[in-house]
Amino acid sequence: MTLMEKIIKKPSTMYAQFERKPGADKENTHYCPGCGHGIIHKIIAEAMEELGIADRTVLISPVGCSVFAYYYFDCGNIQVAHGRAPAVATGVTRSNADNLLISYQGDGDLAAIGTAEIIHAANRGEKMTVFFVNNSIYGMTGGQMAPTTLIGQKTATTPFGRNALNEGNPMKIAEMISILDSPVYVARTSVHDIRHIMQTRKAVKKALQAQRDGKGFALVEILAPCPSGWKISPQQNAEWVEKNVLPVFALGEFKDEIAQRDGVSRARTTATQAELLAVLGLDSEEHVFSPRNEVFSRMGILSAGFGGQGIMMLGQMLSLLGMRHGLSVTWLPSYGPEMRGGTANCSVVLSRDPIGSPVVESPELLIAMNGPSLEKFLPRVAPGGLLLYNASIIEQAPVREGITIVGVPAAEMAREAGSERAANVVMLGVVAGWYDSFGPEAMQSVLADFFPKKDLLALNTRALDAGMAWGKKMRTGQ
Amino acid sequence: MTRLVKGNEAVVMGALLAGCQSYYGYPITPASEIAHTAARLFPQLGRTFLQAESELAAVYMVYGAACAGERTMTASSGPGISLKAEGISYLAGAELPCVIVDVMRAGPGLGNIGPEQSDYNQVVKGAGHGNYRVIVLAPNSAQEMCDMALDAFDLADRYRSPVVILTDGVIGQMMEAVTFPAPRSADVAKPWAVQGTRETRPNCITSIFLDFDELEQHNRKLIAKYETIAAAEQRWEGYLLDDAEVAIVAYGVTSRETRSVCDRLRAQGIRAGLFRPQTLWPFPKDGLRELAARVDKIFVAELSMGMLVDDVRLTLNDGRPVGFAANYGGNLLKGDTLLAAVREFMGK
Repeated sequence: MTLMEKIIKKPSTMYAQFERKPGADKENTHYCPGCGHGIIHKIIAEAMEELGIADRTVLISPVGCSVFAYYYFDCGNIQVAHGRAPAVATGVTRSNADNLLISYQGDGDLAAIGTAEIIHAANRGEKMTVFFVNNSIYGMTGGQMAPTTLIGQKTATTPFGRNALNEGNPMKIAEMISILDSPVYVARTSVHDIRHIMQTRKAVKKALQAQRDGKGFALVEILAPCPSGWKISPQQNAEWVEKNVLPVFALGEFKDEIAQRDGVSRARTTATQAELLAVLGLDSEEHVFSPRNEVFSRMGILSAGFGGQGIMMLGQMLSLLGMRHGLSVTWLPSYGPEMRGGTANCSVVLSRDPIGSPVVESPELLIAMNGPSLEKFLPRVAPGGLLLYNASIIEQAPVREGITIVGVPAAEMAREAGSERAANVVMLGVVAGWYDSFGPEAMQSVLADFFPKKDLLALNTRALDAGMAWGKKMRTGQ
Repeated sequence: MTRLVKGNEAVVMGALLAGCQSYYGYPITPASEIAHTAARLFPQLGRTFLQAESELAAVYMVYGAACAGERTMTASSGPGISLKAEGISYLAGAELPCVIVDVMRAGPGLGNIGPEQSDYNQVVKGAGHGNYRVIVLAPNSAQEMCDMALDAFDLADRYRSPVVILTDGVIGQMMEAVTFPAPRSADVAKPWAVQGTRETRPNCITSIFLDFDELEQHNRKLIAKYETIAAAEQRWEGYLLDDAEVAIVAYGVTSRETRSVCDRLRAQGIRAGLFRPQTLWPFPKDGLRELAARVDKIFVAELSMGMLVDDVRLTLNDGRPVGFAANYGGNLLKGDTLLAAVREFMGK
């Protein structure tokens, strides 16, 4: 092969015929004369060929002039929305850790609408190589200003020239990315003349090789001419770049930690079915018990108090008890800012039949652990219902006709059991003792689920037993 | 295996049983427990959980994972779904299977985190730009959050389409007993996927069709697919409809209250029944038309300003007055309110 043949040869990693390209011409790219994209495509394809990575490579085509990059590159191809290529590449590389990802993006795509995606993909050190083509203008959309447009440069949307006061200064992506910890290689090169094309070749290959070797994220910003957008002839490209672009966008390697890095691997592992069930907590049978009476065949319960009193847990323990006795149950928390505002409540419905609404408007049982919740919910207790209130905190006994009211010294009993924090479990015990529907075995199975630690289980068992005995005594007088 | 879990947990567990390999999301109340549960479970199974930098990035990570041929999901609430809308259009255009959960909160704007059903039009009508549909499943219990997660992945793969599980703050936050099914095999052949292999090297996934005729063909192909789905996948459930004199149409949390109201109405001598769409797209037109042929009085209850009722009227298409009750702002439609509205509609 002569030197000339070698230079003009199409690499095997570009399609021999551009079949995806509409129209009769399947030989030439869609790029304008003098455009930098064709050169950059060839450089990337040559590097893919030299590194032998085409089978494993997935190239993400962006929005902009290179939207049709998939016409040309003989590798896996995905076309995506404006600016989102690094996010899409993230999804691909996390799926197949041995893929090589190329995100090919222009300056509107990467530096304007896709700013968040590129910064965060770089910061995570995603295993991908970004080729950022900076030609300081939106080409495809009709020559509008890009974030990289030069001060004074006239575009369709800066007809009087870019003004820093109005549009800000040209954005220096390579410098920005290089200060992040994760990227391994960040460089800026140019393709405006042969010498710089050779430098670009080196940088492109180096970046892809780093990825092939598992090192992580690399970005090469490539300054490219756009004579159509700049409204000059292709022959003027080099002069224009030298005069206008290079003084603003410094060339060079801003970061090269390829040699020092061990590399990253995010390869997935496969769990067995048994492991899956164990992780989901589905590897043991649920306990089933028979209720001792029918009091819970239909009951709406409201549990309310301060955040931190274990209000939600009390409701959940009741629900789990109901479920283990073959009842339908719903547990519904007040959620959101209310949680952080200091008060908390949850609705529990226990029923022999399927439950319609999980919302408890008029509870048959209200457990009020503090004054504000007692005040709020007392009027709503269903006639004939039961109010259990925390008499340790609520000093003044509430009054309402037509319901049963029982003050429980919950904190004192909990303290005796070992910790005031167990007041919610004391209350659970009182409920169980009062209604006498749930057996001790069932109660123990629920406690064991909520308190896997031995000492806590022992403490809460004491609290529960104390509550149960107290509740039963209050109900029966024995 | 029965467990007491939140709806938001059940949907993740269902997804894992369906073989979902990756979760990409951004936290938002009242959907956050989905992310919390996924963050805890996915890595333990050697699968991917990633908190994205934005809702947009999350949906595009899903796009990438779907391109790679794996089962993948994201979840959010209304404000986040608005941001994801762009990606949903691209997913539909590129025919990529994935599952998106929307746990609705109250809007518009930042609104609040209470339950509402006001993402109905946004989600059921597709959210993004262009001619496309998404399959929309509407669970009303923790059990269905699990079951529909499994269904959603199957439907997504079968039709190469995004599937949205549209639920609300109450169903997401509520704990109920869920009987979990056995893990399901996710080995669905996806010869179109781009997997960085010699076999898939010729593949290309795109939603751009520069040539008008080509895009027309693509649209026609999508529309034909939607017709197939509309014919095959309408789902609904009835409660006390056999002898009903009035049928109340409701989904999600509203269907739970409506079920209770039907019992109460019957106790008061009005034979009410519940027609509950389980798919909102395709809308269960066949079932509703069949019902409307024998039940004169149709009533709609929803937590949005007349969105579901529009689809009901379109389906009936006969000009009959349709009863309507709704509430907004994070407040549920109270049973008493609904009961009174149905009584008034019935003139009783």
